[in-house]
Amino acid sequence: MKRFLEKAVKWILTGSGFVTSAVILLIIGFLFTEGAGLFGEPVVEEGYVLALNDDNPVRTMTAAEIKAVFDEDITNWKELGGPDLQIMTFRLEDADEYFSEEELGSRYEHAGAAIASLVKSHPGMVAFVPESLIPENPGLNFIEDKNISPGEVLGGKEWFPTATPAPLFGILPLLAGTLWVSLFAILFALPFGISIAVYMSEVASERVRGFLKPVIELLNGIPSVVYGFFGLIVIVPMLQQVFGLPVGESGLAGSIVLAIMALPTIVTVAEDAMRNCPRTLREASLALGATKWQTIYKVVIPSSMSGIASGVVLGIGRAVGETMAVLMVTGNAAVIPASILEPLRTIPATIAAELGEAPAGGAHYQSLFLLGVILFFITFFINLCVEFISSRNRAKNR
Amino acid sequence: MKRTAVLTILCVLLLQGVSSAQRVKGSDTLLPLTQELAEQYLEKHPESEIIVTGGGSGVGIAALPENTTDIAMASRRIKFGEKMKFAEIGLDAREVIVAYDALAVVVNPSNPVDSLTREQLEAIFRGKITNWKEVGGEDWKIVVYSRETSSGTYEFFKESVLDNKNYMSSILSMPATGAIIQSVKQTKGAIGYIGLAYLNRFVKPLSVSYDGGRHYAEPSVRTAADGSYPIVRPLYYYYDAEKESIVSPFVSYVLSDEGQASVLEQGFVPVREETSDTSGKLTSVR
Repeated sequence: MKRFLEKAVKWILTGSGFVTSAVILLIIGFLFTEGAGLFGEPVVEEGYVLALNDDNPVRTMTAAEIKAVFDEDITNWKELGGPDLQIMTFRLEDADEYFSEEELGSRYEHAGAAIASLVKSHPGMVAFVPESLIPENPGLNFIEDKNISPGEVLGGKEWFPTATPAPLFGILPLLAGTLWVSLFAILFALPFGISIAVYMSEVASERVRGFLKPVIELLNGIPSVVYGFFGLIVIVPMLQQVFGLPVGESGLAGSIVLAIMALPTIVTVAEDAMRNCPRTLREASLALGATKWQTIYKVVIPSSMSGIASGVVLGIGRAVGETMAVLMVTGNAAVIPASILEPLRTIPATIAAELGEAPAGGAHYQSLFLLGVILFFITFFINLCVEFISSRNRAKNR
Repeated sequence: MKRTAVLTILCVLLLQGVSSAQRVKGSDTLLPLTQELAEQYLEKHPESEIIVTGGGSGVGIAALPENTTDIAMASRRIKFGEKMKFAEIGLDAREVIVAYDALAVVVNPSNPVDSLTREQLEAIFRGKITNWKEVGGEDWKIVVYSRETSSGTYEFFKESVLDNKNYMSSILSMPATGAIIQSVKQTKGAIGYIGLAYLNRFVKPLSVSYDGGRHYAEPSVRTAADGSYPIVRPLYYYYDAEKESIVSPFVSYVLSDEGQASVLEQGFVPVREETSDTSGKLTSVR
């Protein structure tokens, strides 16, 4: 009976291990396939074409150029290598302005032909219409539609997923924002975190420690939206006054909030690691005549390095992946930040803010999954660093 | 394939057999209002049943031809493409405006500027004007706040004020109306847009002109209702003309004085403020 029970437990443990791994692999696979799907999407919104007059020689436009044309920032075909002609744009929503109900037909059966003839009669017109609407042999030219290229996405400097007709998916501003905020967050959190941990494990009396530890751990239980709100009404106006900024929502506000949020993780893990430093090591150091401080920074800290490092990484992990607090205080402007005092937008905040509206399966949806893949690689890289640090440390301690 | 079809038919039959519940689906802007109205309606007509769900204007309109809703709520007008889809299957949809929602453009109370034209607003939100002195204010940098892209307000402001052009990419996007008010309140050079119902003393609403500066109107329930304030969006119900007999008791309750009183209570502009010309009447989509 006992043996049977032991076997059963063993099988259950193995089974749950396998299931967990399989689920994680499935999730990663799902993330990657959805993300990679972006590169199979056309530049112009799916199912739509950009129709030109027959006489217009322009055949290719980049996504950024298409956006500029429809925003009326580019107003002449000359700028795109075409003839010296004013650009006229036509969207399907404009149909009511050009045609009457009769011209379109009661069931819009004539809409395609009407639009085609409209484009034919205006040499400078570019029309953004559904492909299904265009009649056969319309005598029009179309902008060649290519797929979204990895270069445009990974090297693009503009994130504009809702732009019509051609959304822009340059991830550089988001990537820069995420790294920038996390870097500063960890720069703030690290010195404070380590010193609190040292104080609590080495200096503080048992009573102070008994009070301080639960309080710091309590910080972990506060919902992140509360931190965000605190940041918005306290930290943001404070920064605005201290630095005389026109706008207080900035990367700095985000990194201060993140530093506060990462503190409990760093403190708890680092403190546990230091307290677990073998008594024999401390006693040996003191016996050799080292002072208390020398013992702390020459013996205790180095020997608990791997614990401190994992605390720091868990803290970074929280900072990189944090969504709501950052969403509220960084201003979410999708520009590459030149300094930490400027508004910026992070990857998790983008996913959280935009996934709700992105139609499932579309280019915008897939681009958000691609952002998830990139976030995955960032955390993966950080984990590799920790592995490296702690393994080196273990080798040294031996 | 065949099995799915049979199952679907069974489900539909079952659903129809259970009750003659009216299903209302769509815009999240209209959701709280419609829920409130439905509750009031049910108090008076305990025998009927109304199920109200959100999901967004697009979801509601898409559900209409699929017959998964009886009334579609929409915070925007039906799009040309959607109308074409209706026409393809021969659906004759009716449109009724149930309330109006006005957007107020707000600045910090310390800002001396108190009116702007649509062209100036467009230039500001597209990043072409970056300093308040260009529109007759102090030498302050303009800090532009917008809602997140998932918001219907974002879309409507883009359509109405930006003339369908895109916002500048360096715009600060906030997750909620409350966050916009908070930021505008504490930032000297700030400008943002919020629903009329959210106006309070911490932010200053701007008068807006859509005719190049000849007439400015301040946002209020009155100016929105009489049409002098331009940034107003109608909120619609759409339904199949064939189902008129089923849905009309509820729709007419919404349009009744009592229904419109709760429209006002919820911070929207009623359709029956003293001057109502086309509003409130039933019109065919085409």
